[in-house]
Amino acid sequence: MRFAVPLIVFVVIVGFLWVGLGLNPREVPSPLIDKPAPDFTLRQLHDPEKSFSNKDMLGKAWMLNVWASWCVACRQEHPLLVQMSRAKLFPVVGLNYKDTAADANRWLMEGSDPYVLSAMDMKGDVGIDYGVYGVPESFIIDKQGIIRHKVIGPLGPAELQNCVRPLIRELEQATGESKVSEEVKKACGR
Amino acid sequence: MRPMSNVGIWIKGAAVAVLLLLPLAQGVAKEAPPLAEDPVLEKQVNSITAELRCLVCQNQTIADSHADLAIDLKNQVRDMVHEGKTQQQIVDYMVQHYGDFVLYRPPVKPATYLLWIGPFLLLLAGIGVLLFNLKKRRQAATEASPLSAEESERLAQLLNAGTDRKNAS
Repeated sequence: MRFAVPLIVFVVIVGFLWVGLGLNPREVPSPLIDKPAPDFTLRQLHDPEKSFSNKDMLGKAWMLNVWASWCVACRQEHPLLVQMSRAKLFPVVGLNYKDTAADANRWLMEGSDPYVLSAMDMKGDVGIDYGVYGVPESFIIDKQGIIRHKVIGPLGPAELQNCVRPLIRELEQATGESKVSEEVKKACGR
Repeated sequence: MRPMSNVGIWIKGAAVAVLLLLPLAQGVAKEAPPLAEDPVLEKQVNSITAELRCLVCQNQTIADSHADLAIDLKNQVRDMVHEGKTQQQIVDYMVQHYGDFVLYRPPVKPATYLLWIGPFLLLLAGIGVLLFNLKKRRQAATEASPLSAEESERLAQLLNAGTDRKNAS
């Protein structure tokens, strides 16, 4: 009995530490989920004469992938993006963040280009609108232009299979306002 | 001749060092955040960015941080102040795009009640335990029960036995 109180206190502290230290402080939940994607119009990387606007993608479920040639973790997710584009899973648009056209093009030449196109956000203003704080980040956007999920850091095969693919499938099937099922929400950690 | 050549080497070394450091100094100068001409505006920018968390180096405010993102956000705040936005409008904009986490002072709302009230609850619990223990101790002291009849007789016997032995010796 004498040890009961200290033991309980100890167990509670261990419980808090167990949960607390398991959380990733880098993963700050985005307030933009289930909100309309902020509008932007930017020049295209490959063809600076042409511009791209997020509104061009209305009617499609797609992914906006924020990347940069200076971003080390982008190299980590790059092969998966290339595989995805070969398999034609869904359109992936690149947002080339705080980069120069020369560096970005060189980077894409090194490997292959997984993007339908890349938009150049040289000053990072669009990045601020999207709440980007660490590259790479990916936004899954539905047919009506609503952000439905945000991947922080490099996209991994597990997250692609369990969360992103089923999510995009649901968004593609939706007519009118898309609804994300509870299973997918759970798989995406929401 | 020897000392001369030594001096020569020193001068050469110093010149090389200066040459090597020169681009560094330029680099540093280039990265310094642009100062607004208006000190009043700059003061306002600083007071706003001191309330915002840098999302890269999470225990620093944007005002303190030299991370690229923090500098970008500082410029964003400066632009917005320039446009005549109020502090509240700017902070709201940041929260809309980065979430509550961007606030250095967490807002008081149901999700953060425990955060704000928790320490006081712990303090109250501590005071409660302290009072309980004090009361218990005081009770133990006052309730020290007087000896029963049997016990006092035995005590008297023992004391008597002691004095008897003393007298005898």
